[in-house]
Amino acid sequence: MSFLSIQHVSHTYFTKKTAKTALSGISLDVEEGRFLSFLGPSGCGKTTLLSIIAGLLEPSSGEVLVEGRPIREAQEPMIGYMLQQDYLFPWKTIEENILLGLRILKKDNELSRRKTFKLLKEIGLEGTEKQYPKQLSGGMKQRIALVRTLAAEPKLLLLDEPFSALDFQTKLKLEDLVSATLKSFSKTAILVTHDIGEAIAMSDTIFLFSTNPGRIYKQIDVPEVLRNLTPFNARAHPEYSSLFQTVWKELENLEKQTPSY
Amino acid sequence: MKSKPHRIEQLHQQYIGSLLREKRIVRTYQFFIFAFFFALWELSSWLEWIDPLIFSSPSKIVELLISKIQDGSIFTHIGFTVFETILGFILGTLSGTLLAAFLWWSPLASKVLDPYLVILNAMPKVALGPILIVALGPGFTSIIAMGAIISVIITTIVVYTSFKEVDPNYIKVLKTFGASRYVCFKEAILPASFPTIISTLKVNVGLSWVGVIVGEFLVSQQGLGYLIIYGFQVFNFGLVLMSLLIIAIFATIMYQLVEYLERKIIKSSN
Repeated sequence: MSFLSIQHVSHTYFTKKTAKTALSGISLDVEEGRFLSFLGPSGCGKTTLLSIIAGLLEPSSGEVLVEGRPIREAQEPMIGYMLQQDYLFPWKTIEENILLGLRILKKDNELSRRKTFKLLKEIGLEGTEKQYPKQLSGGMKQRIALVRTLAAEPKLLLLDEPFSALDFQTKLKLEDLVSATLKSFSKTAILVTHDIGEAIAMSDTIFLFSTNPGRIYKQIDVPEVLRNLTPFNARAHPEYSSLFQTVWKELENLEKQTPSY
Repeated sequence: MKSKPHRIEQLHQQYIGSLLREKRIVRTYQFFIFAFFFALWELSSWLEWIDPLIFSSPSKIVELLISKIQDGSIFTHIGFTVFETILGFILGTLSGTLLAAFLWWSPLASKVLDPYLVILNAMPKVALGPILIVALGPGFTSIIAMGAIISVIITTIVVYTSFKEVDPNYIKVLKTFGASRYVCFKEAILPASFPTIISTLKVNVGLSWVGVIVGEFLVSQQGLGYLIIYGFQVFNFGLVLMSLLIIAIFATIMYQLVEYLERKIIKSSN
């Protein structure tokens, strides 16, 4: 039995005049500790799929199972979600922000607090506890958001283009940091992105999505050599360039098949 | 090399100096407008350019005020009106915010109640005065009700709109932690709307004064609104103008207090 199993998930958005199918027949299985990427043009339903996996949205049909049980019936939340922006609460201090998940889950005890502050230290932002988000830079805030997400000890991490709003240098540094942090906790993660390089550098497996409706078009496994490198070093490896070319061509083929786009 | 930081220091001093100069100019003009207005009023009343019976004069108003202070009666009137206004203001803002919370809580209720809110908002609330007096009795209860009712609907509409405009991604963050609707409200919706609530407070200060003064016109035996209507009835316009000036002073004080509160809250949230 795989850790995460998505079975024949389809979703349709209804408005008064239209019924737009955002996702159609998505099925995939993920083993524990793997890093997946969903890559595709905007409007291919990647974010919709993440919301469904997170249990925030009920799919029109199909099921999402985590450890064999439907996600919406889970006793306690086991999903961590990171968004494009940090969405730290500006009126809370960093300390209040990172302990928020624990407080809501009623797991705010001495041990979990200590773990969270240790995480903050590991991520290099010790001493910011009493500051407000506004006093920190964009990259720092996104790191705090990572701490907030990990503090609740989710089993599955969903990353919805978390680096897209950052400048390139910060983005590269954060990719390395997130990758190393997730590896050390052996967390399962799904990254949604439209950045080919990011998908290759960070993940074990890449799923290419086509639009209208969103489907899995192709599954590409990232070679072992690249997986074992940090994202930054992976970008410099010769294998990276050749895989980039492959993915690029696949995306171009995909575009040809859907001339409406 | 050494003269460079000195030069910057000098420029900085010049800049501070220019700011001070500007402030002094503004203050001077403000003072002159104030002095000119009252001087002209006094003079034109003295020379009977305007009818002194209707427009009185600053000196007569001050004289009247001193006599009212000496017999102590003015303090009861001021206390009465300020008390009613503060209570009406708090009640109106609080119940408006609670109503907004209810509408946010129940999307169905907000859809059902939408046209009623529009009608109630459009209606001039002071027209309800006579009904309130009959229903609540001709006492200070109905005056406070006037002060509250005049601001409650607009508060509801403005605060509810701000509740709806909170970035849904904050809710998403909370929901991934399994937060209930109540937790979402407490942690995200309400604090994110504090700046809006404070700015409605500023509007409500003015509205509550309107409500209370009109209420006192209708029923009261005490208060500044009563003094105005009494002065009008006995044709003592000095009394009317004096009450008006006192209202202006106290309304300004209340407004300044709310602004002070705003600075405090915005400071802590930013």
